[in-house]
Amino acid sequence: MILVFAETKDGKLKKNAFELSSLASKIAAELSTQAVAVVVGACDQPQEIGKYGISKVFHYDNSSLNDFDDYAYRDVIIGLAEEIGAHLILLSHTAIGKALCGRLSVRYKADCISAINGLSVESGQIKYIKPVFSGKAFAHYSSSAERVVASLIPNSVSFSAGEGNAEVENRSDAVERSAVEIIKRDVISGTVPLPEAELVVSAGRGMKGPENWGIVDELADILGATTACSRPVSDTGWRPHHEHVGQTGIAIRPNLYIAIGISGAIQHLAGVNNSKVIVVINKDAEAPFFKAADYGVCGDLFEVVPKLTEAFKRFKAEN
Amino acid sequence: MNILVCVSKTPDTTAKVDFIGDAKKYNEEGKQFIMNPYDEWYALVRAMELKESNGGEVTIINVGPASNDPILRKGLAIGADKAIRVDAEDTDAFFVASQIAAYAVDNGFDLIFCGKETIDYNGSLVGSMVAELLNQPFISYASKMEYTDGTAIVNRDIEGGIEVLKLKTPFVLSAAKGLAEQRIPNMRGIMMAKRKPLDVIPAVDAGSGLSIEKFELPADKGSVKMVDPNDMDELVRLLHEEAKII
Ligand SMILES: Cc1cc2nc3c(=O)[nH]c(=O)nc-3n(C[C@H](O)[C@H](O)[C@H](O)COP(=O)(O)OP(=O)(O)OC[C@H]3O[C@@H](n4cnc5c(N)ncnc54)[C@H](O)[C@@H]3O)c2cc1C
Ligand SMILES: Nc1ncnc2c1ncn2[C@@H]1O[C@H](COP(=O)(O)O)[C@@H](O)[C@H]1O
Repeated sequence: MILVFAETKDGKLKKNAFELSSLASKIAAELSTQAVAVVVGACDQPQEIGKYGISKVFHYDNSSLNDFDDYAYRDVIIGLAEEIGAHLILLSHTAIGKALCGRLSVRYKADCISAINGLSVESGQIKYIKPVFSGKAFAHYSSSAERVVASLIPNSVSFSAGEGNAEVENRSDAVERSAVEIIKRDVISGTVPLPEAELVVSAGRGMKGPENWGIVDELADILGATTACSRPVSDTGWRPHHEHVGQTGIAIRPNLYIAIGISGAIQHLAGVNNSKVIVVINKDAEAPFFKAADYGVCGDLFEVVPKLTEAFKRFKAEN
Repeated sequence: MNILVCVSKTPDTTAKVDFIGDAKKYNEEGKQFIMNPYDEWYALVRAMELKESNGGEVTIINVGPASNDPILRKGLAIGADKAIRVDAEDTDAFFVASQIAAYAVDNGFDLIFCGKETIDYNGSLVGSMVAELLNQPFISYASKMEYTDGTAIVNRDIEGGIEVLKLKTPFVLSAAKGLAEQRIPNMRGIMMAKRKPLDVIPAVDAGSGLSIEKFELPADKGSVKMVDPNDMDELVRLLHEEAKII
């Protein structure tokens, strides 16, 4: 039995919950077992997970569970895992996943493999594939343990919605929380947070100064992309810290990463080189980033970026 | 207050990544090793600051072979009071966490700091495992922490923002950018580090069924396709028709 911890945000299942469910149900079929999901806290439509191959979802709906708490979430997930006899617990490698993964594995006496980007079944055994050395290599893991807890980096596997609803089993008991008190939560609204973004427009020191960011924002707007930046740009305060990507910032893997006026230092690449498609705009033909790019434009960003925005506008109008 | 800071050794980011022994083992030959940046820049420095304003002691701990001693000496040079090395290969996160928890149980710390992840295996596991083994709260990806009289206010980085939490010691925290500002060890620190204790202790039993079957390098990207800067319609066409990304 595989148990998927399906995360929610504002009472809706998150995209990475669907991604995880699709992967889990595929692996379950190959192992001739079943995948079920657990949703913790308020959620409008837990049955929707059925579109991603999960036939049953346990919904723990009690106000004591609406906000994440490591003790309460641990107790719910481990309690259910013991009850159904889960061999594999799957989480997303998100803020919550990172707080929980190791804790769950210790409590469940399971092996633990975090931050994988794929699972496969070979002669009845699960193989876990994990990017290591900041994406410069992949490690293939196996486990001889009865139980495993693993976390999947968001946006790692492709999936699509099918038909059907999952059976929902409601559980409403209150669960004891830890003594950690949540004072407040500050989240930027309106745009998709970087770790979850499929399209990212990022800019570096080639921008010359914060007053020039208008052309980056316009390009991001027309694409519906999230903006990011290199480290010196956030260090000097041109852009907020939460936009900083790279080895010391956020690691991302969007479908499209457009790098504008960024040289492509190894520490920057460490956070972005797992992007599916990389476009680099730089006036220096020798910039190292071109070596990691799929498409390159060698030119002055102050001319190229507005032209690219216009081209996307024309494309949008026609499609 | 007494703080335990977990420090790990990783290859420098710029080090070449290659493997030996049927692609089952990372090739350490000729590589430059550093203290994991999150441990050095943020966890250790914030621990030093807390000690400077509240008194107490900062202990650093590493699970690893004798070749890790220079990492511990560097931690002492930055200002830690003493160093512990658990003499064993750090096979996996659970093994490492078990060693740290065993040491912490015997010695009682107000706070245990880790880095948010190591830059080689990017596991992000040791902190939450130590916390569970000690049955303490764990705050992952802490980018700010204030402390007064046994109570801490901590910012936890979450997708697209932060969560501000309040809790009492003891607890475990993993350090992210923002928690402190990097400190460079000075000559005096380096000299003093030579006289500070670095104790080597044996490992406790802990195992897992995990094994790495092989490492693999990513498939070659192929060469970059250059597009005429005056023809951005062509770039959009390629992204649509060839890359099928928009
Ligand atoms: C331990 C460590 C960790 C680090 N972590 C990170 C990290 O997480 N993320 C990160 O980003 N960096 C990180 N760095 C810094 C990194 O090494 C680089 O210094 C940094 O990424 C450079 O930023 P940049 O590309 O914006 O600036 P630069 O290297 O200055 O590059 C600017 C680029 O813009 C181009 N340009 C200039 N004008 C124009 C124009 N008009 N049109 C087009 N192109 C133009 C230039 O050709 C150049 O390639 C780290 C460094 C260290 C030592
Ligand atoms: N061998 C080790 N010895 C001591 N601390 C470690 C070791 N490995 C990891 N850690 C700590 O755990 C943090 C997270 O590591 P990881 O879970 O491996 O990504 C690191 O930043 C260190 O603080």
